[in-house]
Amino acid sequence: MHRAPEAEWAIRTRGLSKAYGSVQVLAGLDLQVRRGSVFALLGPNGAGKTTTVRILATLTRADAGQATVAGHDVLTARSQVRRAISLTGQYAALDEEQTGLENLRMMARLRGLPRAASRDRAQELLERFALTDAGHRRVSTYSGGMRRRLDIAAGLVSDPEVVFLDEPTTGLDPRSRRTMWETVGSLTQAGVTVFLTTQYLEEADQLADRVAVLDGGRVRAQGTPEELKKTVTAQRLDLTMAGRAAYTQLAGRLGGRVLHQSPEELVLGVATDGSAAHVRALLDELDPTREQVARFAVHNATLDDVFLELTHE
Amino acid sequence: MSDLTAYPVLAGRSIRLTRRNLDAVLTALVLPVMLMLVFVYFFGGAIETSTGKYVTYVAPGVLILCAGYGASMTATTVSNDMTNGIIDRFRSMDTSPTAVLTGHVAASVARNAVATSAVLAVAFAIGFRPQAGPAGWLAASGILLLYITTLSWLGAAAGLLAKTPEAAGGFTFAMLFLPYPSSAFVPIDTMPDWLHGFSDNQPVTPVIESLRGLLLDQPAGNSPWLALAWCLGLLAVTLPVCGALFRRRIG
Ligand SMILES: Nc1ncnc2c1ncn2[C@@H]1O[C@H](COP(=O)(O)OP(=O)(O)O)[C@@H](O)[C@H]1O
Ligand SMILES: [Mg+2]
Repeated sequence: MHRAPEAEWAIRTRGLSKAYGSVQVLAGLDLQVRRGSVFALLGPNGAGKTTTVRILATLTRADAGQATVAGHDVLTARSQVRRAISLTGQYAALDEEQTGLENLRMMARLRGLPRAASRDRAQELLERFALTDAGHRRVSTYSGGMRRRLDIAAGLVSDPEVVFLDEPTTGLDPRSRRTMWETVGSLTQAGVTVFLTTQYLEEADQLADRVAVLDGGRVRAQGTPEELKKTVTAQRLDLTMAGRAAYTQLAGRLGGRVLHQSPEELVLGVATDGSAAHVRALLDELDPTREQVARFAVHNATLDDVFLELTHE
Repeated sequence: MSDLTAYPVLAGRSIRLTRRNLDAVLTALVLPVMLMLVFVYFFGGAIETSTGKYVTYVAPGVLILCAGYGASMTATTVSNDMTNGIIDRFRSMDTSPTAVLTGHVAASVARNAVATSAVLAVAFAIGFRPQAGPAGWLAASGILLLYITTLSWLGAAAGLLAKTPEAAGGFTFAMLFLPYPSSAFVPIDTMPDWLHGFSDNQPVTPVIESLRGLLLDQPAGNSPWLALAWCLGLLAVTLPVCGALFRRRIG
């Protein structure tokens, strides 16, 4: 990889490890995030995404390893790190019974802005996040998407260098998700570095300049979305077999190629790029007699498929 | 960051949150007034005291009781902050946790000040006639304020200890219960013998005796000093305990 001088990195970690009791959540995590880029940490539930974010945001201590954020060590220069970052956690951290405006003003005051400047800053952020009309309503009346936007706005009162977004779209409806993607896109125009976590390949693909896949406490794969997609499956072909014997026989033949299996429903899933030609070729290959496969369906691959494929390589 | 602005900003926040919580307003205001009326009109006739009218005897006791209710809510508000993620945001902003907790205690004191005024107004309306001069009022207010602050910090500790806001509310049961086996509502010598030792030596008794003595302009003996010692002693223990509980909580 191309070597960049220290100043180019917004985040660097080496060998980060963290265990909770007997659960080894992180086992030597190495990451480099370039200044001004959008970086996505991709991983299923429980992979350690939140743990990673909390360590980088100085909220939790790693058991071993080093991390610098905006050039400051997360252990020895905690206050400098905190001044340079903003954190929007997986769950909205807002006061439900304060209005949107009051929440933002409070955050601005806590960041040390004077009273009048705080009010202006809050108004400005409400406008930027299309919340001006809702600014005088209590947050408890907001939709999930509005809450998320306000939550991100709350992190921006003090022009942070690095913005952490932990699963910013989990639980949002498709339209709010799209709005959120635009919001994240607009952050980088101001030169901010965005570190986000997600469970969705598609989201990482949409937003990130670089993606790291987190599994088993380590980075399993890392690169641009394009590079990553070449190494993993985009789609999955699920075959419903005609009978138990056909199921057992094909499962044996496929071996490590099986991405998904459901013996009760006689379903086996394999990787495909989703094109008609590939699906036809797979059906011909796996069921030459045209008697063993009863039905088929093509799904977007889930992260589990990606991991299975990555770990089978 | 600039810690000193964090204190008023977070106190303002907690007070706003209290005002907008209907349950909190009702519990802090209506309940004490109701209790006042219940004690005076339902039980009053059956209770003999040395101060003449029962309302004169019981008004300071109701002030103490409502301080318990107002302060116990601190446990819930602190626990809310600890469980809903906002404490992580404050920490990631380098806001001092002490300022967050102090904000809740300040809101509790404000809540109690309003409740105390309401109870006093109702008490006055139904015949409570305190005899205290300005010095007596000042001393009584000071002791009550210290008592409320102490209970509020105890509530904050309960909020840091409990896993959920509901459990936090439960932890404060002792605070609500302690006034009953004291001289708040009935003289201690009317209680069973086995209770005397406890009632005479628990923190609520000197607080209530000083309030009564100061407001009615009767000799209060060493009660104010005992009350002061109890409150400051409890605070001296509770504040570091809060710090330790907070650190344990954030792991
Ligand atoms: N405070 C904690 N105490 C104990 N276990 C924890 C704690 N935080 C996280 N874990 C465990 O660590 C693992 C990773 O959690 P997390 O970082 O939240 O994953 P993700 O955000 O990727 O879903 C999970 O198994 C979780 O149960
Ligand atoms: Mg998470």
